[in-house]
Amino acid sequence: MSIDAEPVPGTAAGGTGGASAPPAIALIGIDKRFGTVHANRDVSVDIARGTVHGIVGENGAGKSTLMSILYGFYQADRGEIRVNGQPCRIGRPEDALAAGIGMVHQHFMLVDPFTVLENVLLGREGGARLSGGLADARATLERLAREHALEVDLDTPVGALPVGLQQRVEILKALYRGAEILILDEPTGVLTPQEADHLFHILRSLRDQGRTIVLITHKLREIMAITDAVTVMRRGAVVATVPTAETDRDALAELMVGRKVLLRVDKTPAKPGPVLLDVAGLSVADGRGAARVKEVSFQVRRGEILAIAGVSGNGQSELMAAIAGIRHPTAGRLAIAGRPIARTADAHDTRRLGIAHVPEDRQREGLVTSFEANECAILGYHDDPAYNGPVLMHHRAIVADCVAKMQDYDVRPCNAHLPGGNFSGGNQQKLIVAREIERDPDLLIVGQPTRGVDIGAIEFIHQRLIALRDRGKAILLVSVELDEVMSLADRILVMFDGRIVGEIAAADADERTLGLMMAGIAPEAPPPGRPPAPLAKSA
Amino acid sequence: MNRDLPRWADWGLIPALNLALAFAVSGLVMLAVGESPLEAVYWIWVGAVGDGSAIYPHGESIGQTLYFTTYFIFTGLAVAVAFHCGLFNIGGEGQAYIGGLGVGLVCLYLDFLPFILILPAAILAGALFGGAWAFVPGYLQAKRGSHIVITTIMFNFIASSLMIYLLVNVLIEPGQQSPASRAFAEHARMPTIQDAFGWTGIDLGLSDLNLSFLWAIAACVFVWVFIWHTRWGYEIRTVGQNERAAVYAGISPARNIILAMVVSGALAGFVGLNAVMGDHHRLLRDFVLGYGFAGIAVSLMGRNHPVGVVLAALLFGALYQGGFVLDVEMDNVTRELVVVVQGLVILFAGALEHMFRPTIARWFARPAAAAVP
Repeated sequence: MSIDAEPVPGTAAGGTGGASAPPAIALIGIDKRFGTVHANRDVSVDIARGTVHGIVGENGAGKSTLMSILYGFYQADRGEIRVNGQPCRIGRPEDALAAGIGMVHQHFMLVDPFTVLENVLLGREGGARLSGGLADARATLERLAREHALEVDLDTPVGALPVGLQQRVEILKALYRGAEILILDEPTGVLTPQEADHLFHILRSLRDQGRTIVLITHKLREIMAITDAVTVMRRGAVVATVPTAETDRDALAELMVGRKVLLRVDKTPAKPGPVLLDVAGLSVADGRGAARVKEVSFQVRRGEILAIAGVSGNGQSELMAAIAGIRHPTAGRLAIAGRPIARTADAHDTRRLGIAHVPEDRQREGLVTSFEANECAILGYHDDPAYNGPVLMHHRAIVADCVAKMQDYDVRPCNAHLPGGNFSGGNQQKLIVAREIERDPDLLIVGQPTRGVDIGAIEFIHQRLIALRDRGKAILLVSVELDEVMSLADRILVMFDGRIVGEIAAADADERTLGLMMAGIAPEAPPPGRPPAPLAKSA
Repeated sequence: MNRDLPRWADWGLIPALNLALAFAVSGLVMLAVGESPLEAVYWIWVGAVGDGSAIYPHGESIGQTLYFTTYFIFTGLAVAVAFHCGLFNIGGEGQAYIGGLGVGLVCLYLDFLPFILILPAAILAGALFGGAWAFVPGYLQAKRGSHIVITTIMFNFIASSLMIYLLVNVLIEPGQQSPASRAFAEHARMPTIQDAFGWTGIDLGLSDLNLSFLWAIAACVFVWVFIWHTRWGYEIRTVGQNERAAVYAGISPARNIILAMVVSGALAGFVGLNAVMGDHHRLLRDFVLGYGFAGIAVSLMGRNHPVGVVLAALLFGALYQGGFVLDVEMDNVTRELVVVVQGLVILFAGALEHMFRPTIARWFARPAAAAVP
């Protein structure tokens, strides 16, 4: 592969890359295995200069591995990387930076107590004394910020900034190091729709200046909104690279999964029954004692799905933890079916009251990755008499029970002795959902039920949740995915800064209204005949 | 425990490599003092299993090796149980010492009872005293967040001081200079295996191997059942593997940390049965000769599983017994040098347990990658 004719160095083309110019990045025949897992199979992708190139795929399709190889975290077993037509060996992230490739990670790599300026300077301090480097950096950053609407106060400690701004710091950091090619890994996961729109605006501006953007995402909406071309990956291989203008969401979803999928949830209108969960004036503090939920009151009825929407980190997690008995409230009352839940109740007590819980973080909370599937399938119910004798556990009954759940919920592979961590995200989630729903709870609390779950499993999990609702059970859903909230819920509450800032019937909800509520801007009904008042700038 | 390695490599290859390296370095030490490493290996072997001569008969040597093995089974299991709860119990030494105190008190003051009642009372006392000594660090970890490694180390010193105080001021045999209690009554001593099973025709000579060995094997079965086949073991393992998942499941980390430490301390406390009731037949100073610390290496080498613990304990038992013979038979090898060799095994098998792991994991990853057509 190295005897190719030397490509003619093309001039940097603005807008979409010219046909004659070499691609900004050419990945040729990349192959990578981890033990028995074939993470990338002979992957070849050309990313044209001056474009936004999307990479989509289900969890475990190999997109993150591919980008980690490009950024030098991993070495490919075989294959070649060319940057601007030149073969390039990227053994470490430093090599990637030297080749002009920058990365904005899903989890920010920032030092919280340092100011924005100091963070950007990390690794580029330039000499023993900081002052010279700092002045240069300040000038450069101010220019970059002006050019791309990336304004951030350079002297604020990063920890004091909202996540949307922290992300800008990450982008500035990459640009400051001279990145011509920017990789963004699931950048909108923590943003409101408005913040995401602003990010896209920045990305377009960068592209128009000739920079190349690689966007890794699982959200097809974003692919359609911003990319010029899109590569679809499935099971480690590239299944298609198409210009975005020539495809649509349904076609991409089908490519990702390999079959037709239903993106909307089919459900009948809810038939809400009597109140099941009553939350009154509930306040919850986090581990450091800071109030995260502030005097929240609401009710959930039998036969309805109540969703709590909001940007992550606005108290939803603590609210769920309090109802599930994981965190003790500092004030307020909780009652289920008229019976009060003691403030000191733990998760064991709440389970006995008929509350089941599918946690937000299934890897670290919902199961023990080193436990066999059958042990994961009894977590929280391990002292059930059906699983125990006076002393010994009934291992055979536990395994049989697990196999039955795995068959019923299509968990693959159907092996009750495989460690929980060896299942894919979707199958882990199906196992947890099976464990919680099969106890026939009165109330099911579900956090991010489909985060990092492949499309096929999303469909399945949604159907099971709706079936549970139709059996007259109550479901409290917390999700940052607005699509999911709008299609699954019957009623939506929006949380901002620990408070419920609005309620809306799912039928009346749209992304814009929810987005404004999520940003803490109260949805005052505009007077008839006038357009909505100009809105405050997004935070 | 590790998914990056096949089981046989994790259980066999890595311990073997660590051991080989420990022996290689020990060999260098032997060369440095002007002795032949091969001769040293020979004498350790003879010490551990005997050579059939009148001085080192097979039966007595093996009996003595198993006598030391008994110690390491108890302390290895103790470390393993705590480890399953994510706790590093460095206090086996002190828990064994205090457990021995409990055993000794029963043998001294309940000797009006027949042996058949003294035995369960001594077992119970060893467990209670050892467990109580581990309960305090466990409680401090669970409720106050005081780090278990620090507190258990400190409790070793407290145990040592407490024992000296008691031996010098309370338990000392009247009219004696040496800080030790009076000898136990004949019927308050643990019978040797030779005495109990001599009728079967086995010949263990004068070895110290006693019925505590059978109790150690029973303890292995108990730990296996407790950790993997009861809901209490399930809870302990959940807390050890993932504390957040435990809280999510309504399992109290605090309760299980305390429970695991008490069980761990009780197991360490059984060392007293072998040392005080089975061997010395009196309470005295320093009857725990580093067994608690070696238990860490035994547990790590045995992958925190009772079967592995027995195998690793056998190795350490052989090293201890072989070490005594080495000391006697080779001129330039002193008692201190034997401790150095034992220390090297603990160092490589315990503290440096993970030294080879990344390299070996890479070896196993590579053939898989190369096999791609």
